[in-house]
Amino acid sequence: MGERMLLTGNHAAAHGARLSRVQVISAYPITPQTTIVEELSEMVASGRLQAKFLTVESEHSAMAACVGAAAAGARTYTATSGQGLALMHEMLHWAVGARLPVVLSNVTRAMAPGWSIWSEQTDFLSQRDVGWLMLFAENVQEAQDFVIWLYRVAEQVYLPGMVAMDAFILSHTSEPLIVHDQDRVDAYLPPFRPLYDLDPAEPRAYGGLVNRDHYYEMRFKMYENMERAGPLLAEAGREFGEVLGFPYAPVEPYMIDDADYVLVSAGAMTSNVRFAVRLLRERGIKVGLLRLVAFRPFPFEEVRRYLGGRAKVAVLDRNMSPGHSGIFAQEIRAALSQGAPPTDVYGYVLGIGGRDIRVETVVEAVEDLLARDHPERCLFVGVKGLPIGPVRPDAEVRPLEPLEAEASG
Amino acid sequence: MKWDIPLGEEIHPGNLGCQGCGGALAMRLALKALGPDTVAVIPACCWSIIDGAFPVHALKVPVFHTAFETAAVAASGIKAAKDVQGKATTVIAWAGDGGTFDIGIQALSGAAERNEDIIYACYDNEAYMNTGIQRSSSTPSGTWTTTTPDERPESRPKKNIMEIMAAHRIPYAATCTPAYPDDMLRKFRKAKSIKGTRFLHILSVCPPGWKMPSDRAIEVMRLAVQSRVFPLYEVEDGLAYTMSLWPTEPVPPEDYFRVQGRFRPLFEDPARLERIKAFVDQQWEILVRRHRRTHPDEAGIPAGEAAAR
Repeated sequence: MGERMLLTGNHAAAHGARLSRVQVISAYPITPQTTIVEELSEMVASGRLQAKFLTVESEHSAMAACVGAAAAGARTYTATSGQGLALMHEMLHWAVGARLPVVLSNVTRAMAPGWSIWSEQTDFLSQRDVGWLMLFAENVQEAQDFVIWLYRVAEQVYLPGMVAMDAFILSHTSEPLIVHDQDRVDAYLPPFRPLYDLDPAEPRAYGGLVNRDHYYEMRFKMYENMERAGPLLAEAGREFGEVLGFPYAPVEPYMIDDADYVLVSAGAMTSNVRFAVRLLRERGIKVGLLRLVAFRPFPFEEVRRYLGGRAKVAVLDRNMSPGHSGIFAQEIRAALSQGAPPTDVYGYVLGIGGRDIRVETVVEAVEDLLARDHPERCLFVGVKGLPIGPVRPDAEVRPLEPLEAEASG
Repeated sequence: MKWDIPLGEEIHPGNLGCQGCGGALAMRLALKALGPDTVAVIPACCWSIIDGAFPVHALKVPVFHTAFETAAVAASGIKAAKDVQGKATTVIAWAGDGGTFDIGIQALSGAAERNEDIIYACYDNEAYMNTGIQRSSSTPSGTWTTTTPDERPESRPKKNIMEIMAAHRIPYAATCTPAYPDDMLRKFRKAKSIKGTRFLHILSVCPPGWKMPSDRAIEVMRLAVQSRVFPLYEVEDGLAYTMSLWPTEPVPPEDYFRVQGRFRPLFEDPARLERIKAFVDQQWEILVRRHRRTHPDEAGIPAGEAAAR
């Protein structure tokens, strides 16, 4: 039944990789990911994990090494954060196009400048359109388990997967968890048996030039398999419960059945949101929570089922897409635009750059939600000196001299 | 003299190389030395095209195409997987000068520093030929390219990639060219027999980019060697230098330059031509000194060369 231990999210992620019996690890250190790769280095050095560890010179190379190793048939893992994930971006595309089930843990971190090592989801969500399976862990148990869950799905659909775990709030906070027994994980996750492994006896070329007769179909098949990943993820989540005792699902509703108002969140902040929901319920406010566990493939059905027709939906985004809104808010609106009963979606941005999202912060946002009578695209919570509200229309810019209508003379 | 070149081919007849492509010749010879238990890793370069468009594939060994800057590290990843699986397959990264001297040098330096067990071959045609002849840091001084036009030809000397690789103290680095196939095969065979990072720097003629007739491709690569512009040598463990070929009657560098339209600006600027010739001499002397330090008994040094000192 596993061993109850007290571990940080980062050490838990390392155990997730170990229990998955990864064969090649390649990584580059970045705060706050470092203790994942330190732990894995010790596991490899001590022989607890039979793997090769390539200590490469950049995150771009870390992903390139994973791509190469996965193409040659190894189960591969890496971990990164913020700038590192951004630097990997090109090779994230490569892993998808080459159809390689690499798994990575990303400790979500605010992007520079200014330098910030604190929690924010924008680094992770900037990889939205690459084609990786994307999950948000909320606690230390999930930081471990989602790595294993992802391999089970990724290796069926030949698509890579990444787990988001909040900087420090999850990466460096110790919580009790069950570290599973290896034989139970082995029962859940069979060895990686790739279709192709760069075998000189079958000399094919991989990833080369394709003309317009083939590329579209390759991408179409990739898209199809991502669609298949949705039900497979749900199924593998149920099986995780059966085999390892922790059932997982693409979304997690909480006190939602009779809720007029539903909050949407993802990642570690959800724990405080859940607490706030309980407090608000005590005040008689019919509020509930829908936690997004899976971001890609996006749980359209569940979102429509749980959110459609509610009086108000408030999406809590620890991220933003300038010129639009919080990224989850965009996604929720898009999901609700297809066949769901009319639902007003209020976008709230909060916790940018690791600013605390306290229970009170969430309560304030809900109080703001109750007071509003029409939905706002993007409301900022906790900007110093400002009440909760949209951006200021008179924000400072540097105007140029007015253009002259016609050259004089 | 009997050359020991295997008759077997690891490349099918027919590929998308241009007429006289040095890179295509080099691949053919390299694979003859490495044999069928080989995986080739190809970043963006002419060879991304030469191997053929899906589903056509010119090589008889697996090819893994990878991003421009990742040849060395993708090869390292493949080798790591092969190691874990207990397979002894040779993994060769096969990149152009852009993918080696410029965008790929970070991953290459990383792999060399870690002494990854890969062969890295750079077929160097001295510019971004695949994109239409733009300068790279391998482009020699005085060269015309589309980004160093006649009015402002390349002003800096070619980056010395061999010194950079030798500075990593890798077990083996060597220069070669398919115009000297016996020498090239010997070096690839030697590379295959060594463990660790092995670097092969191949001068690789590009008739369209060098602005010269394709039927003079072999001749021009031989002129590069004979004029000492591209000396053939080996460096072991970063320190032990051995010259592979001593031109018996060195030809003046102008003879190498003149065949190629890309060096046209040199002949409009006699002072620069003289500077470049002096540079060629100086680089040659440095190599000869290093060879002497490695071989204090002067073994292999021809009498003429010894007298010149």
